[in-house]
Amino acid sequence: MSVIALPQELSTVAGAPRSYWRTVAWRLARERATLTAGTLLLLIALSAVLAPWIAPHDPSAGAIRLRLAPVGTPSHLLGTDEQGRDMLSRLLWGGRMTLVAGLTPVVVAFLMGTLLGVIAGYTGGLANTLVMRTMDVFYAFPAVLLAIAISGALGPGLPNTLISLSIVFVPRVVRVAESATVQVKGLEYVAAAKASGASVWQILRYHLLANVLGPVLVFASTQVSLSIILAAGLSFLGLGVTPPAAEWGLMLNTLRQSIYVNAVVPALPGLAIFVTSMAFNLVSDGLRDAMEIRA
Amino acid sequence: MWRYVGRRLVHAIPTLLGASIIVFAMVHLAPGDPISAILPVDASKEQIDDIKKAYGFDKPLPVQYLKWLGRVVQGDLGKSIATRRAVILDVRDSLANSLVLAVSSSVLAFGAGIALGLLAAFRQGRALDKIASAMAVIGVSVPHYWAGIILIIIFSVQLNWLPAMGAASDGGLVAYLRHMILPTIALALIPLGVIARVTRSAALDILNQEFVLALRAKGLAHRRVFGHVVKNAAPQIITVLGLQFGFQLGGSVLVEAVFSWPGTGYLLNLAIFQRDMPVLQGVILVLATFFVLLNLLVDVLQTYIDPRIARH
Amino acid sequence: MSPASLLQTRGLRKHYPLRGGVLRRAQAWVRAVDDVSFDVKPGETLGIVGESGCGKSTLARLILRLVEPDAGGVWFDGEDVLRVLPGRMKRLRRDMQLVFQDPYASLNPRLTIEDAVAFSLLVHGAGRADARDRARALLGRVGLDPHLYGRRYPHELSGGQRQRVNIARALVLDPKLLVLDEPVSALDKSVQAQVLNLLLELKADRELTYVFISHDLNVIEYVSDRVLVMYLGQVVESGTADALAESPKHPYTQALFAAAPSMDPDRRMERPPIAGDPPNPIDPPSGCRFRTRCAFAMPQCADAVPPPVAVGAGHDVACYLYGAATAVTA
Repeated sequence: MSVIALPQELSTVAGAPRSYWRTVAWRLARERATLTAGTLLLLIALSAVLAPWIAPHDPSAGAIRLRLAPVGTPSHLLGTDEQGRDMLSRLLWGGRMTLVAGLTPVVVAFLMGTLLGVIAGYTGGLANTLVMRTMDVFYAFPAVLLAIAISGALGPGLPNTLISLSIVFVPRVVRVAESATVQVKGLEYVAAAKASGASVWQILRYHLLANVLGPVLVFASTQVSLSIILAAGLSFLGLGVTPPAAEWGLMLNTLRQSIYVNAVVPALPGLAIFVTSMAFNLVSDGLRDAMEIRA
Repeated sequence: MWRYVGRRLVHAIPTLLGASIIVFAMVHLAPGDPISAILPVDASKEQIDDIKKAYGFDKPLPVQYLKWLGRVVQGDLGKSIATRRAVILDVRDSLANSLVLAVSSSVLAFGAGIALGLLAAFRQGRALDKIASAMAVIGVSVPHYWAGIILIIIFSVQLNWLPAMGAASDGGLVAYLRHMILPTIALALIPLGVIARVTRSAALDILNQEFVLALRAKGLAHRRVFGHVVKNAAPQIITVLGLQFGFQLGGSVLVEAVFSWPGTGYLLNLAIFQRDMPVLQGVILVLATFFVLLNLLVDVLQTYIDPRIARH
Repeated sequence: MSPASLLQTRGLRKHYPLRGGVLRRAQAWVRAVDDVSFDVKPGETLGIVGESGCGKSTLARLILRLVEPDAGGVWFDGEDVLRVLPGRMKRLRRDMQLVFQDPYASLNPRLTIEDAVAFSLLVHGAGRADARDRARALLGRVGLDPHLYGRRYPHELSGGQRQRVNIARALVLDPKLLVLDEPVSALDKSVQAQVLNLLLELKADRELTYVFISHDLNVIEYVSDRVLVMYLGQVVESGTADALAESPKHPYTQALFAAAPSMDPDRRMERPPIAGDPPNPIDPPSGCRFRTRCAFAMPQCADAVPPPVAVGAGHDVACYLYGAATAVTA
C-alpha cells in the first residue's frame, strides 16, 4: 500500500473542537493517581466541614482516667489523647483548623501576588524594580524562618498565623506572576491587540490574565502542601493556634511526651498532615500536567 | 565574570539592608510597648534605663534603626534577656551545631535526591521511575517534625538503637555522631524529595531534546550521554541545592525542637518560648545573612559552570 | 508631501540602547532604523527586502506606531500619525493593520480563533453577536470554514491555517493599509504559494494597499509593484519591481538577485555573491554601511552615508558609484 503524504492543510483532524478547560478536565479524569488523590482531598475537606455533625464526642471534653487509650478502644475508635479527649473528634475538628490555616495564606497569596506581579510585569520600569526588590528582601529568608520571625513578633493565634504565612507566600507568587507577565507581554498577539487599538485594560483582561493565571495557579497549588506543613509546624512550636483548640500540629506537640507510653496515638495527627499534604501534591502535579498546552 | 560577581554583591546589599529592617521591625511589630517585648515584666528600673539607652527608644525610629544597625555590624547583637549573656556568643555556639546538622543532612539529601532523580529520568515510564517518583513525592509531603517523632518512636523507643535527645556534647565524637543520625534523616526528607523531583524534570528536559537523540543514534556510549545530561542539568539542580541548604539551615528549627539538638533552631525555639527578643532577632538576622550570601555563592557557581548566565 | 500617497515616512530613526555594567548604562546602540523615507500610493504593494537584522521588523512597528521613533515622521492619508491624539489614534488603527511573521506566537493560545478575530471588533465597540458573525464571515473568506474551525484553538491548526487567521484578524476592521512582516517566511513552499495568492486576491477584492516585508527576493518580486532594499537600517535602493529585477544598481541588490534561488538550471554560481559575515547592527561601519562587504568600495565610501541618487524613473540608489548628478525630488 503506497503512502500518500497529505498536504499540510488537510492534516488537522476534523472532529468536535474542545474547549481548553474541558480538555484539562478530561486529562485530569484519566490520571488515576490524580483522581485518587483528588477524591481523598474531597473526603478530607468534607469531614472537616462536617466535623460538628459527625464527630462522635466533644473535642474538648476529656476525662483524665481515660487518657491515652489505644486505637480500637470501643467508643474511642482512634484512642484518646493525654487529657483523655477523643482522638477521632479532635482529628476531625483539627482538620478544619489546619486546612484553614494552610489554604487561606495560599489563596491570599494567589490573589495579591497575581495582582502585584501582573502590575509590576506589565508596567515595567521603576514600579517593577521597586516591587521586585521588595520581594527579594522577603526572599532573603527561608520560608520557615520568615514565618517564625513574623509569628514570633506578632504572637500566637490563628489570625497572626494567617498574616505571617501570607507574607511568606506572596513574594513567591509575585515572582511567578511577574515573570509570566513579562514573557506574555513580549509575545506577538499582545502587539497585535495593541495594533488593533485595544486599551491596557482590554489587553490585560483578554490576553494577559488568561495566559498568566495558568502558570500562577499551578505554582500556587504546589505551595499548598508546604503551607499546611508550615501552619501545623508553627502550632507545633507554640506560635500558631493556641490550646485548647484542636489543630494537628498542636496535637502533635502536646502528644509528644506520650510516645513512651503509647506509640500509635501520638503519631496520628502527623499522619493526617502527611496524607493531606501528599494528596495536595499529587493533585497539583496532575493539574500541571493537564494544563500544559500540547497538541 | 568578576563583574557579574561584583554586580550581584551590589544587589545583595539592599536585600541585606531590607532584611535587617524587617528584623529590626519585629520588636516594634509586637503588641504592646517595645520595652516589654525586650524586658520581662519585673525588670528593675536600672535594667529599663539600660535598655532605653542601648536601644534609644526615646529617639525617632530611623535613628534607632541606624544605631542598632551600627552595633550589629560591629558584632554586638545585644544581650539575652533570659541569660544576660551576649547574644552573639550563644548564636556562635549554636550555629556550629546547626551547620553540622545542615551539612550532613545536605550530603544525604543531595546524594540520595540526585541519585533518585537521575534514576527516574533514565528509566522514565518504567517501574523504577514510578517507585523513585513515589519516594520523591513522599519526601516532599512529609512534615519533617513528624518524621522525627516517628524515627524516635521506631529507633529509640521501640528498638532502643539510637538516642532521642540532645547532642551529648560531653560524650565524645562517637556519641555525638550517634545523636546526629536521626535528626539528619528527619531534616533530609523534604529536600530529598524536592531535589529528586527537580533533578528528574531537568534531566528529562535534556534527554528529550532532539540532539540527545542524535547523540544516541550516533552510538554514543551510555556513560557519555549520562555525563552530558548531568552537565547540562547541573545549573538547575545547583540552584535547588542552594535553596534547600538554606531550608535546612533555617528550617532546622522544627527538627531541633523535636530532638533537642542544641543548634540555632533550638535557640530560636527557646527564645520564642521565653519571649527573648534580642536572641530571636540575633539568630534570625544571622541566618538570613547566611542565606543571602549562600544564594550569592550559588549564583557565582552557576556562572562558573555556565558562562552564558553572566553575559545577559 | 504628495497628497496622492496613502502612507509617507520621512527620516525615520530608531536606535535601541544596550545596557550593561553595574549601573546598567547604555554602552552601545543598536541602530535598527536610520533615516528611512518612502511613499506608498493607494492600491500599490511596496515590497521591502533585506537580510535579518536590517531593521525591517522595527520599521513595520514604527509605521504603525507600535514603537515610538527617535526621529522622523509618519503620515497616513495626510494625517501626522505621531502627533495624533489617543482617541483619534485608536480610530486610525482601524485603517492600518499588521500581519505578523510567527504564526505560533501571534495568536493567543487561550482564545478560539473566531474570538481572536472578533476581539478587534469588540475593542471598537461592536456587540458580541455582531462581532462573532463578522469574524466568522471573514474566516470563511480566507479559506477556513467557520463551522469547522471557528471554535478551534490555535494549537489545533497548522502554520498555514494560523496565518490565514492572522490575515482575517487584520482585515476584520476593514483597513486601508496592511503591513505584512514576513507573513509567509515560516511556512512550507507549497503553503506559501496558497497564502500569497490569497493575499493578492484579497487586495484586489478590497482595494487594499500593502507594505510587504520579506527577506525572500522571489516572494518580493512576485507580489510587489515597487521595492525598497534595506541594509543595516538604511534604504540602499528603491524602484519598481521590474526595474530592479532588470537592472539592479546597488552592489547589495545585485548580490541579492544573484543569490536568489532560481528554477533555471543554466543559472549556476561558482562563487558566493557576497563576501564576509552578515553585519552587526551594533556600531555599524561609518559612511556607507555596505562598504565592508562591497567589491567596489572606494575611499569616499567611508566618509559619509551616500545620499539617494536617481538612476531612472522612480529608481533611486544610495551609492557613490552613481554620481550625485541628479538630485532626488521629495
